[in-house]
Amino acid sequence: MTKDKKNPNELLYITSGEMYQPYRYTLSSLSGRFLTEIKEKKKFLGVKCPECGRVYVPPRAVCGRCYARMNEMVQVSDEGEVVACAIVEFGFVDPSTGIERPVPYGTAFIRLDGADTALSHFLDCVDREKLKVGARVRAVFEEERTGSIMDIKHFEVID
Amino acid sequence: MKMEEVAVVGAGQTVFGFDRKETFEELVFEAATAALSDAGGSIGDIDNIVTVSNDFWDGRTISSMSVMSAAGSWNKDISTVEGDGMFGAVYGMMRTLSGSFDATLVVAHVKGSEGRMNLITNGMFDPIYQRPLGIDATISAALQARCYMERTGAGEEDFARVSVKNHGNGLRNPHAHLGMEITIDDVMRSRKISDPLKLYDCSPVSDGAAAIVLSNRRGLKRFRQKPAWIRGAAYCSDSYTLGYRDLADPRALRAAAQKAYRMAGIANPLKELDAAEVYDAYSYMELMWYEGLGLAAEGKGAELLRSGATETGGELPVNPSGGTLSAHPVLVAGLVRLIEAVLQVRGDAGRRQVPGAKRALAHGINGPCGQCHAVMIVEA
Repeated sequence: MTKDKKNPNELLYITSGEMYQPYRYTLSSLSGRFLTEIKEKKKFLGVKCPECGRVYVPPRAVCGRCYARMNEMVQVSDEGEVVACAIVEFGFVDPSTGIERPVPYGTAFIRLDGADTALSHFLDCVDREKLKVGARVRAVFEEERTGSIMDIKHFEVID
Repeated sequence: MKMEEVAVVGAGQTVFGFDRKETFEELVFEAATAALSDAGGSIGDIDNIVTVSNDFWDGRTISSMSVMSAAGSWNKDISTVEGDGMFGAVYGMMRTLSGSFDATLVVAHVKGSEGRMNLITNGMFDPIYQRPLGIDATISAALQARCYMERTGAGEEDFARVSVKNHGNGLRNPHAHLGMEITIDDVMRSRKISDPLKLYDCSPVSDGAAAIVLSNRRGLKRFRQKPAWIRGAAYCSDSYTLGYRDLADPRALRAAAQKAYRMAGIANPLKELDAAEVYDAYSYMELMWYEGLGLAAEGKGAELLRSGATETGGELPVNPSGGTLSAHPVLVAGLVRLIEAVLQVRGDAGRRQVPGAKRALAHGINGPCGQCHAVMIVEA
């Protein structure tokens, strides 16, 4: 319960408490293989559309353009190019881990070589001179990997 | 009002079950492509798409947008209904009748196994007065069941009889989650969930997806399937707050059904319908819905069931598919009722076919304890 400061007799709110609403999200075979490949081999897989040949990273089940089911997984590079980037100055607590990432940090959409789409992740760099669209980056992996997208530590700028 | 003509020309559904390995995107693709193939058309024949989803069940906000590719909406008009799939069908029907679109694909999905049913359904209640009490779909249903027993004298054995009938029917439906040969005793002895409801009075939490293709007369030439014409469609809502409602009186269903019957020219639904698919989320609901649908007089739902009229082979088989008790993909289940009604009037219902069915009813509900009801009548 929260009371109005000017009028302490007026009740204004009831809080939800610590809402607990857990899920177990389905991976599908595509995402399962994508994450396993990172965990076991530190390599990236994409999925290729049988009709237009586009390679989607991260993989999803359906190519929306062709309305085709995708199953064929192909390896792509662990290096690529920044297609969008930002420097985060105002962080927030990750609801799934309770961890607040120290600011500032770099975040980007990265098109890996061999892929037609971009993957989002962190960058090791907050230098505005180096952090640019078109910058070349390479994935850096965690030592201890668990089968999650966080097995990628970040991407480092290599040029 | 006489209806402009709109028909269901294609239907697809996945197998329903708990813990299906596919994502809901994959399930949507499976159901949507099955419906298109059943229609004898392809995604290019569709002018617009209606998806059905709920953010709490999906565990993500604007859940509708995550299935846009799987629903085939690339470069197409897509909009969403947050509620039962029957309301998606009603909305799809309106879009098809609007004159802007000749063919509409309606897709509904849920992965009930990903979240926690009691927490999610608790989330539908008002946070100030009701949610802190821990009320969920099953607890509110138990309250409604008790009200219904008080009003009509129906007993727990009557509810059990619904469970026996529908789970038995589910055995003949290859899409069902939980077809079972059980006895009244089995139901009575099953685990208490929320008195008077026991485990076999409650529908299972299922995963799956379903889709239909709707077309007006102009769009028909694109498809090859024989049309199931929608001859009547209506919906009506009751109060959101449970305590503002007479829980034992299906007032909103009565209003929706009567309107749909008028449109379809039906005077005596028990005699003039050949099959009905109703939303039996809990066993007792089927008896209440008999009354709301005018199949039984007030207070006589249990009597109708005991007469055998709604059994397979009876005067009006109700839930020949096994109903929601045999598979309850929330949101999808109402659309499945319509699909089952369509398969019946087409004569394509396989081992659950009601011989010679020409006209069938489908019913969907939204909100706690059947707050809102939609009724459709389809005809071959």
